Amino acid sequence: MKAVSFINTVLISLVYLSLFYLGVSPTYAQSPTPQPITDDQVNAIAKQMYCPVCENVPLDVCPTQACAEWRDLIRDKLTMGWNDDQIKKYFVDQYGDRVLATPPTRGLNWLIYIIPPLTFLAGMFILFRAFQAWRKPGSQAAAPPAQKTPDDDYAQRLEEELKKL
Amino acid sequence: MSAQPSENTLIASTRRPRIRWEWIFVWIAVLALLLLLFFGLRRAQQGPVGIGQRAPDFILTTFDGQQYNLSELKGKVVLVNFWASWCKPCEQEAADLEAAWRFYRPRQDVVFLGVDWTDTEKKALQYLERFGITYPNGPDLGTRISQAYRTTGVPETYIIDRNGILAYVKLSPFLSLDEIKAAIDPLLAGD
Repeated sequence: MKAVSFINTVLISLVYLSLFYLGVSPTYAQSPTPQPITDDQVNAIAKQMYCPVCENVPLDVCPTQACAEWRDLIRDKLTMGWNDDQIKKYFVDQYGDRVLATPPTRGLNWLIYIIPPLTFLAGMFILFRAFQAWRKPGSQAAAPPAQKTPDDDYAQRLEEELKKL
Repeated sequence: MSAQPSENTLIASTRRPRIRWEWIFVWIAVLALLLLLFFGLRRAQQGPVGIGQRAPDFILTTFDGQQYNLSELKGKVVLVNFWASWCKPCEQEAADLEAAWRFYRPRQDVVFLGVDWTDTEKKALQYLERFGITYPNGPDLGTRISQAYRTTGVPETYIIDRNGILAYVKLSPFLSLDEIKAAIDPLLAGD
């Protein structure tokens, strides 16, 4: 029996030595210790959403019990390994588009994205036309002077006579 | 002696006014926006669906996966109760609703449907267990049902007659079992 255990010890030692020289180190099974989800991680997602019940209150700062439950739900989903998009999609499926801080670009929501730049461009166009209209009187001032009238000649002669005095 | 029109007058009379297409486009866009605003505001000001109107159709998928289609429940009186686990007034009527359901259940012609509005499934199931609620309940996915009924909050209860017409609306909690019976019994009269 002793000889068998000696052989076993030698064989195991050889295996370890060969693994050592091959650069392979034995690894041990790691115990699954997932990092706890922090409030910052939860709030990072919560602030991209609004409370589905209260008006215009971001989910990360909403003080109601219902919002606390939704933040817990985000924490649960993060613990399950869900990413931001999956969590937001889940919330939209459950509570509708209005939970999103940034409305999705579909349906009439397009107006939200189109109207501001269009209004800006229209304003720029109106300003441009207004500036053009203001510049016209200036261009009239730069026009060639009108022909001299007899009165102008008289005034000039009068000034010359006065200078002689 | 007739006066001959001068050349300038002729040119002026034959010149057509220039169509400002950009302004026409701008005005059409502004009018379209105003119309959208008008219909949006009108819808917002409408309030809940009124008594005597056809009840909006919906499909409720319960927490245990069963589906209830309102249009398939014609011939039955349907009580639709909107609630949430975080809603304190909902707790006030929960036991009475369950008692009413147990009272009418043997008749087979009254259906109670609980619509869980903006809630988490975990808390909703805890709530149903706490009050021993046995009638079908499911989440208002995407708040589509509450939008169709234009609810203003929870609890709200809508009772639909056998013809699919809204017969009773309660925008606050029921205060007793008798109050629920008083709302349902007239719709069962004649049986």
